[in-house]
Amino acid sequence: MALVEKHSLTDAPEFRVSEAMPGDFLALLKPRVMSLVIFTAFVGLATAPGAIDPVLALIAILAIAVGAGASGALNMWYDADIDAVMSRTAKRPIPAGKVTPDQALAFGIVLSVLSVMTLGLLVDPLAGALLAFTIFFYAVVYTMWLKRSTPQNIVIGGAAGAFPPMIGWAAVTGSVSLESLVLFLIIFLWTPPHFWALALFKSQDYGSVGIPMMPNVAGEASTKRQIFAYSLLVAAIGVAPWLIGMTSAVYGVVALALGAAFVWYAWKVLKMPESDRAMGPAKALFGYSLVYLFAIFAVLLADVAIGRLMGL
Amino acid sequence: MEPLETVELTEQQKKARRRRSVAIALALVALVVIFYVATLTKFGPEILVRPM
Repeated sequence: MALVEKHSLTDAPEFRVSEAMPGDFLALLKPRVMSLVIFTAFVGLATAPGAIDPVLALIAILAIAVGAGASGALNMWYDADIDAVMSRTAKRPIPAGKVTPDQALAFGIVLSVLSVMTLGLLVDPLAGALLAFTIFFYAVVYTMWLKRSTPQNIVIGGAAGAFPPMIGWAAVTGSVSLESLVLFLIIFLWTPPHFWALALFKSQDYGSVGIPMMPNVAGEASTKRQIFAYSLLVAAIGVAPWLIGMTSAVYGVVALALGAAFVWYAWKVLKMPESDRAMGPAKALFGYSLVYLFAIFAVLLADVAIGRLMGL
Repeated sequence: MEPLETVELTEQQKKARRRRSVAIALALVALVVIFYVATLTKFGPEILVRPM
């Protein structure tokens, strides 16, 4: 009597051998988001008081980048169903059929553990703990819970993207301080107007998959008002590093100008007529918001670096 | 005896598997180097000074 029934391999349901290339796994890490994470984490690390060995600094940045990428992979694993429907995300590795959901999940978990362990053991335990919390917050609190249940999803979820400079700061000082909290708040308050500008001209996409983005739930008019309100907060918090004595007045003036431009772009969105389906002002605000974040952190970095060189 | 039925990988699948294997190997080597260099950076020669 045969103990094992004879089956043909081709009978097995959905039997397939992976054709995923390393590049497909890299795409799971959301490289474009990662570049912003690397930059802001570096600014947090470079502007923190105290010294860190350059080798350890490099390792810290690498660990933060990989940790952020890992949370991106976990996000793509969980969201594969809606990514397949939305035009912006349909070409991601899982909906494109290049990587299986199980592969993405395993990849995300392994990288999460490795990055947290590396940062915590080699650089600073608090920094490692913050990175672990960031990954948990993005993958579980934002992706699995908030994203599909409330229009405040990206307001609260934005915290995940705001942690990197705080982690960089903690890697040097081993602590959380008012300065690192301000860096956190700059990104935290920037996130809602940035994403809602995108949600305005992609509202059909989000609507078709049932994601409760603000324009789909509260309507366009309310979203525009909230974008404008947040732009005022962004402009105000942008100047804060100068007000708390972290930078010189030069930064303060540039931050004020960058913030004023942010408010101007948000004002144009507020005044955008409902009939304007091309949504030029919303697209312009989305583009400018990216420039703003890069610019404000670059100016902050330059200001602190020059201040140190001049012994101020 | 009947020959065992096995999966024949296509050229594309073989190529993908080879590339993934190389990527994993490189990542592991990088991790070893990172921990080695970081250990030297953090402790220096003192890593060898310990109570027996």
